[in-house]
Amino acid sequence: MDKFTIENLDLYYGEFQALKHVGLSVPEREITAFIGPSGCGKSTLLRTLNRMNDLIEGCRITGSVLLDGENIYRGMDVTLLRKRVGMVFQKPNPFPMSVYDNVAFGPRTHGVRGRAKLDDVVERSLRSAAIWDELRDRLKKDALGLSGGQQQRLCIARALAVEPEVLLMDEPTSALDPISTIRIEDLCVTLKENYTIIIVTHNMQQAARISDRTAFFLLGEVVESSDTETMFRIPHDRRTEDYITGRFG
Amino acid sequence: MKRAKIFAAAARLAVYLAALITLGALLFIIGYIVVRGVPHLTWSLFAWRYNSENVSLMPALLNTILMTTLSLLIAVPLGVSAAVYLVEYARRGSRLVRIVRMNAETLSGIPSIVYGLFGMLFFVNALKLGLSMLSGALTLSVMILPVILRTSEEALISVPDSYREGSFGLGAGRLRTIFRVVLPDAVPGILAGVILGVGRIVGETAALIYTAGTASDTVSGIMDSARTLSVHLYALSQEGLYLDQTYATAVVLLGIVIVINALSSALARKVGLHHG
Repeated sequence: MDKFTIENLDLYYGEFQALKHVGLSVPEREITAFIGPSGCGKSTLLRTLNRMNDLIEGCRITGSVLLDGENIYRGMDVTLLRKRVGMVFQKPNPFPMSVYDNVAFGPRTHGVRGRAKLDDVVERSLRSAAIWDELRDRLKKDALGLSGGQQQRLCIARALAVEPEVLLMDEPTSALDPISTIRIEDLCVTLKENYTIIIVTHNMQQAARISDRTAFFLLGEVVESSDTETMFRIPHDRRTEDYITGRFG
Repeated sequence: MKRAKIFAAAARLAVYLAALITLGALLFIIGYIVVRGVPHLTWSLFAWRYNSENVSLMPALLNTILMTTLSLLIAVPLGVSAAVYLVEYARRGSRLVRIVRMNAETLSGIPSIVYGLFGMLFFVNALKLGLSMLSGALTLSVMILPVILRTSEEALISVPDSYREGSFGLGAGRLRTIFRVVLPDAVPGILAGVILGVGRIVGETAALIYTAGTASDTVSGIMDSARTLSVHLYALSQEGLYLDQTYATAVVLLGIVIVINALSSALARKVGLHHG
């Protein structure tokens, strides 16, 4: 079952075409990795999936992006879309408030009220993000006081708190140390039981380690996409082979 | 070689002297006022009513507090809202933003007596508000609006975009993002601007003499004429009959202004730390 179906997608920033005729399917409850050199459009595509590109001046999109068969650019409420499709950013970006308020921000936005309910959501989300044991006594502390790795897992918890179906992760470990990186990777593998995960990464080993499917981007095009094992063992396209064997990028 | 050495020594001497004179002038003014004023800080100076026996500054002090509050009530919501528009709604670097910014900068350079004349012609005469606290507060609001606007704008700009992205990414709308994430983080910076504004209000005379007048009693309503502490000081020294009390009043005013400036820079430092 495909969660996202992207068909014939073109995206322009003003005159510049950042994505060219992208077609891609993202299967449900698997990890899909987007790889490719800087500026290849992988982050841009990720941001079209929850319409974060709407915020960018002069950004124009044609083609279709279907979420469970429904076009997200045709009359879908953006608030609702972003509730279903959560996002974790490259640099951990907890809000300058307490751990608790960070996690409760999303649910409160979507109308969850009442102490008991919020307490429950906060605990569940922090547990899902494998950070409850570290933070259970620090819920009232400022989130900016946490380490980088903790901040990123807090951001994952914050995203999970609105009970999304999909989690978009934009190079979530590129600002973290190796140990924090491994914890986040392990977390991704656990989370795919319940969530569809799309992860943009610079790190090919990371893609190979955790993803089920991989799409390789180059200059705004999807050069190749297949299950990860096939892609890394027997790439079809010469350019994919060059990239994953480290000849450029 | 030798000439260069002499030149360097002379330059060093010159800058030392300049620093010394600057510091000396400031210390001299403060010292002079303190020496002349402190011995005359008596309880009668703080009596509830002003008359020629006690020359109390209390009514003027109360008026100052009221005037400040009223001016802030008008200028802060306006200035902060305008800043929110410029940073959060208008396209960044658009013409409108540039024009508003240029205007604000120009306005903050206008001498306050010009604001006073404008206030007299517009609020006092044209709107028929008379010489009143309201006319004065409106004039002061116009005067400090650029300060509030610019500092609020800076404070909002310094809020990292990653916060906004995080909020939008959770499905929050623009209003919720502004009120729950952006503004709370910008509060210290905005406060620093507000306090700067308070400093200008407290120290202002020229803009008030022709708009709020110089009545010496504590106001009983915003349509009454009233003098603030600075205007009171101006009036006293103008009359020249109570020099001792004038200096004592100056000590109090000086103290208030120093406290306000210290508060403002402490807040500004806090903002710097937070985003540093």
